[in-house]
Amino acid sequence: MTTLPSHAGSLPPARVQLERARAERSLRKPMQSVLELVGQTPLIRLGQIERLCPGVELWAKAEFSNPGGSVKDRAATYIIREALVRGDLGSGKRLLDSTSGNTGIAYSMVGAALGIPITLVMPENASLPRKHVTRSYGTELVFSDAMDGSDGAIVLARKLATEHPDRYYYTNQYANESNWRAHYLGTAVEIWEQTQHRITHFVTGIGTSGTVVGTSRRLHELNPAIRCIAMQPEDAWHGLEGLKHIPSSIVPPIYDESVLDETIWMPTEEGWDMSERIGKDEGLFVGHSSGGNVAAALRVAKQVAARGESGVVVTVLCDRGDRYFGPLKWEKHYVW
Amino acid sequence: MATINIPPALRKFTQGEEEVSVAGANVRELLKNLDTSYPGIGERILDEAGTIRRFVNVFVADEDIRFLDNLDTAVRDGDEVSIVPAIAGG
Repeated sequence: MTTLPSHAGSLPPARVQLERARAERSLRKPMQSVLELVGQTPLIRLGQIERLCPGVELWAKAEFSNPGGSVKDRAATYIIREALVRGDLGSGKRLLDSTSGNTGIAYSMVGAALGIPITLVMPENASLPRKHVTRSYGTELVFSDAMDGSDGAIVLARKLATEHPDRYYYTNQYANESNWRAHYLGTAVEIWEQTQHRITHFVTGIGTSGTVVGTSRRLHELNPAIRCIAMQPEDAWHGLEGLKHIPSSIVPPIYDESVLDETIWMPTEEGWDMSERIGKDEGLFVGHSSGGNVAAALRVAKQVAARGESGVVVTVLCDRGDRYFGPLKWEKHYVW
Repeated sequence: MATINIPPALRKFTQGEEEVSVAGANVRELLKNLDTSYPGIGERILDEAGTIRRFVNVFVADEDIRFLDNLDTAVRDGDEVSIVPAIAGG
């Protein structure tokens, strides 16, 4: 039991409880590298939104608390570490991959920490802050046509990898087994422990599909009764950045529908409205893919509540909302 | 006439055409005429209230119309207009 300061007695009981929990949380041990901060993210209860599904608990994995700011730190760390073990990286070759943003930041951070040079292909319309953040880690950027989206970036990355095999090691996050393994060995086990094995439903969106495939595969092994549900934008024309509408996209080779129990098709507006709501109601300012995730999780939780059942629904907060702020017209040429 | 660049996700409305030529003095007229030529495409870009959907970005000659005069942004002959979606995946 941690000793509270003498003035604690004058605080309201809820505050005393909060302060005690805070004091009892052990300080993290000193770390040798930023990479030790990847994973082991908090699980946060969405207590206000949960009121819409009485009897069902709604929890979110706070992936924005990874050091690079997103869930992609997990995949990038595994992809690079396992490539180093195999000897595919580490002999001077540059890591090459296509990304719409968060994976790029994650690769850049891990690459800088481990001394691996990084080249990224991203669509030209990736946000300016995104470009500045990746470059600030020393990363080289190549741009693909904005109109062709993330599939255009994939095609250009493949071309560069084929043309310059001595210069690049193409990691291809969409086909890389380390991508889903990061969630199989990390995210899933953490959720299982953090919910004291009580999780009943796991719901999250598809970008490369690494999170949903790896986490679902492991959760089903731990308890086959857990329902694992994917979320996709409902249409090819959508604004849930980072997520893929699989029927109209290059299907990621690691995507394995057999580990999913169901897919929810999410309208952009529902996801955007939910991300605003999470900020206002829960004090969590998150990106639009997180909004889509929570909106899908809430749909599931409401169905469980409507059946009069209890449940523990878990979803993922992929990154923070400020990642999507673009500079205004008069700020376009700011200097870092 | 202005040239409108159609993103892949909306090309099902333009029978696969990547670029279409449309008349109109401003973006509002241009989008109205685009929908007349390719029915259904308009509601993907504009919401029920007739404003640009929050996740859609329209550029006239490389300038985001949100920083110009929005739907009233003037379009001149030969201008290139791009409709750019959010970035999907990874």
